[in-house]
Amino acid sequence: MKECEDTGIIKTIRCIVCPTGCLIEVREDIEGKNTFQGYTCKRGLEYAQQEFFEPKRIMTTTIKIDNAIHPLLPVRSNKPLLKEKLNEAFQIIANTTIKAPVKMGDILIKNITNEDVNIIASRDMEKK
Amino acid sequence: MLSSEIYDIIIIGGGVIGCNIARALSKYNLKICLLEKNADIAMGTTKANSGVIHAGYSAERQYIKRNLCIRGNKLYTQAAKELNFPFKRIGSFVVAFEVEEIKLLEELRKKGIEDGVLDLELILDKQKILKMEPHLSEDVIGVLHAPSAGIVSPYEMTFALAENAAINGVKFFRNQEVIKIDHSEYTFKITTPRNEFKCSNLINCAGLYSAKISKMLGLDYFDITPRKGEYILFDRNSIQLNKILFPTQTKLSKGILVCPTFHGNAFVGPNAQNINDLEDTSTTTAGLKEILEGARKLVPNLPLRASIQNFAGLRAVSNTYDFIIDNTEIYGFINVAGILSPGLTSSFAIAEKVIDILELLGVELKLKDNYNPYRPKPERFTDFSKKQLEKKIKEDSSWGRIICRCEKISEREILNAIQAPVGATTLDGVKFRCRAGMGRCQAGFCRPRVMEILSNELNIPYQAITKKGEDTNILIAKTKDLLLTQLLEKGNLK
Amino acid sequence: MNTYKTDVAVIGSGAAGLAAAIEVKKAGLEVLLLERGIELGGILMQCIHNGFGIKEFDKELTGPEYAQLFIDQVNQLQIPYKLDTMVIEIAFDNKLYAVNKNEGLIEIIPKAIILAMGCRERTRGAINVPGFRPAGIFTAGQVQRFVNIEGYLPGKTIVILGSGDIGMIMARRLTWEGCKVKAVVEIQPYVSGLLRNEVQCLEDYNIPLITSYTVTKIHGKDRLKGVTIEAVTKDYDRIIGTERFIECDALLLSVGLIPENELTRDAGAEISSMGGPVINNNLETTLEGVFACGNVLQVHDLVDLVTAEAKRAGKNAVDYINTRYKKKLKTIQSICLFPGNNVNYVKPDNISLSENIHDIIINLRVKNPDRRVQINIKDDTNRIIYKKKKSYVIPSEMIELNIKINEIDLNPNCNGLIIEVIPLLEPLIE
Repeated sequence: MKECEDTGIIKTIRCIVCPTGCLIEVREDIEGKNTFQGYTCKRGLEYAQQEFFEPKRIMTTTIKIDNAIHPLLPVRSNKPLLKEKLNEAFQIIANTTIKAPVKMGDILIKNITNEDVNIIASRDMEKK
Repeated sequence: MLSSEIYDIIIIGGGVIGCNIARALSKYNLKICLLEKNADIAMGTTKANSGVIHAGYSAERQYIKRNLCIRGNKLYTQAAKELNFPFKRIGSFVVAFEVEEIKLLEELRKKGIEDGVLDLELILDKQKILKMEPHLSEDVIGVLHAPSAGIVSPYEMTFALAENAAINGVKFFRNQEVIKIDHSEYTFKITTPRNEFKCSNLINCAGLYSAKISKMLGLDYFDITPRKGEYILFDRNSIQLNKILFPTQTKLSKGILVCPTFHGNAFVGPNAQNINDLEDTSTTTAGLKEILEGARKLVPNLPLRASIQNFAGLRAVSNTYDFIIDNTEIYGFINVAGILSPGLTSSFAIAEKVIDILELLGVELKLKDNYNPYRPKPERFTDFSKKQLEKKIKEDSSWGRIICRCEKISEREILNAIQAPVGATTLDGVKFRCRAGMGRCQAGFCRPRVMEILSNELNIPYQAITKKGEDTNILIAKTKDLLLTQLLEKGNLK
Repeated sequence: MNTYKTDVAVIGSGAAGLAAAIEVKKAGLEVLLLERGIELGGILMQCIHNGFGIKEFDKELTGPEYAQLFIDQVNQLQIPYKLDTMVIEIAFDNKLYAVNKNEGLIEIIPKAIILAMGCRERTRGAINVPGFRPAGIFTAGQVQRFVNIEGYLPGKTIVILGSGDIGMIMARRLTWEGCKVKAVVEIQPYVSGLLRNEVQCLEDYNIPLITSYTVTKIHGKDRLKGVTIEAVTKDYDRIIGTERFIECDALLLSVGLIPENELTRDAGAEISSMGGPVINNNLETTLEGVFACGNVLQVHDLVDLVTAEAKRAGKNAVDYINTRYKKKLKTIQSICLFPGNNVNYVKPDNISLSENIHDIIINLRVKNPDRRVQINIKDDTNRIIYKKKKSYVIPSEMIELNIKINEIDLNPNCNGLIIEVIPLLEPLIE
């Protein structure tokens, strides 16, 4: 996403729904109403609206695990969380250690940044 | 702790020359130690060497290196038998493309035979030449064939020398850079950042740093200039060469050669560039281009896509253009310096010459009763038959775990590299001793496993494992550490 | 020595090996899975990011999740497997020798073999970056393993050479772990990985992507201190005066993958110039009864396509055992496939025509990106027997053609087919 200096266009979003990579321009009128231009499909428009109003990402990382065959367990968020909250979430996870065994899908951290998003295990991991 | 002992002999420098002298002296009843600046032996000029054992026709007659090379070549047969290092006499070609070059080759042949180089022959039959080396350029018109020339793995040979010297009582101290030498009343006091050592005879084999060492004792009669040589190494099986191929000689070096290694890789290089920095082993775009261009004159179909590594070595060139093997004016101090090509070939003969000097100095050279000249051949997974393998794994299960996939190196071989006398303590140390990580993936897969083994064996943390000693740690922190630091800075750490 | 008899031996338990083994077992034959790592799943286990499984499961999964779904099936179907076990030889009659710590040397006697050993990364030596040889230079996949599985970071300030997907994903991964990624440097004028990775891994975190540049010098004798980058022309010649120094303590290389075929080569199979074994349309190598699938055959950009290919290999191995194994069949007409204009490689290398063949799947990659093209298959009389239009082609995206044999006019006596990608002159109507 890039900020644009051109008046009227307040943001340009590169669409990643398909490899075509349409450039979608977001404009704002005097009343603060936003319009989207440059998309070539409905999914593209939806993507651009989400990206503009409330960008969210699935987060994938690892968490420290005790007594397992590896020192780290891969984890993910069960749904996308606000992009601006990502770093906070990474820090919370960095400061947490769990215990083996776990099963894929086990909830490890509930409601991590108060957005109703949980951190879940990405795989099974046995005890050592 | 160490300073109370007075050694009969201290050798400075754990390259092929220092280790060769150490091993040669280990047969006598002498108290000997060797000091090496790096984290491991054989990691200076020795490591980035062509590994060619020259026949001896090339140096000019006024230099002592000519006879030392011819003698040294002959000593390899026995040494390889005793020490079991990788060595093969595959023969070399000096290649002529012009009629004038043939004349030069004929002169080399004539003088070589007069001085005792064995079996030198001039071949002018192009068909025969190309049959002997099918990859050679079709433009060849004649070659000087030296069947006694060979290839060796210079660092494996140096490890073998050190191991054998160690079991015969020589002590090896690594990470010991000599910073000061004091001399009084037949005793030398050598200071390193960690320790102090004392001895009655001191042998300077410090390679690029030999002039610096000599100057520490006030002997400022020669200079050493580093001369850089760059190499490119090719994957095994990408090209199968039979012979060591030299172009007809230039003034600076023997020219860019194309050569097989003992292990079936091929390499090209080195070029020759005088530089100032004793530590500058960096390769350059221009240099790599130069050696490829040079090499392609000899072998036009080089497998360029199969290059797996480039590296550079520094030759220690003295301003005398010859080897310096001197009984100096300081009693008991011997300089062995300026040993560039054919230094590797000459190394066994150089050790003999050093013994002569010690004899002259009156050092008592009494043979040990229990001297053991043999160093067993390192066992290799890939050398075993199926039957042997079955037996080996039953006896020791670590033979059954392959760590390096490219070269098929087992856990046992890595353990052996670490547990050997003067064993590996770094990743490079393991790699050069047992070839784990030498293959086409260049340790992509095996590095974490080798680090784990090193960490267990040396009882040091995983993160403390280095590539080649101090300041070369592979990893800088644990995953999550940087995030925890951020939290700490915010005051939010649990 | 322990000896195991089985119908199919599968070498490697990554995405390809798992799917192939499951396919064989589901067809009712016995299968043995051989894995040299300490657990099933292969490289997927370190690919902790999401984006896997969109084609196969219609879901966005992480690498370990994708693997777990197959591992669960392996367990449900009670497929036997051996871990920490390295196959050391494919011997005469497709007999396998392997070693592990517990059993020592093992002999495996299968009727068919499926190769699924994956690939390895190109290294610094392979691309000849000059300079020193300090600590701090890694391949991207190796760092992925260190960071995600072993639990260690390679450095604090990072430069990544190559804009392949692993490189971009590691740029984001290291940023998320608190490292500073200074730049991703790409020698080509375009990014070599997927667009979504460029946007979500680099642009999201303002990581500069520097195209038409390459690393031309490594600084630092002990630990890496930085790299010099330099602009290059489209023929990769350096442009004098464009040098820039970037300080960093780790350099990651994401400069391509090479199929891993030591075993295959040593067994005497023919290897194609791209590194994978020569295969026919059954995914069978030049060794009878030895099949190949996944990245050991050709480097894929999506794991879902690996799975699909592995299922085909499993099915073909089953067919082989049921029809051809130990039977003398008359030699089948075989037609070679050759890459033509703007085609880097094509798989399979040849097509064996037999009565029960209906579909042929052809994979290819282009050499250069292009828009509005036509993919042609021409026979030896220069006749176009198949064509397909595409709005864009890029080297990083493997093209798959699924061809029904009765829909093309193939002369069974032709010597070879050429596949080419040529620019379209008339406007494309999509």
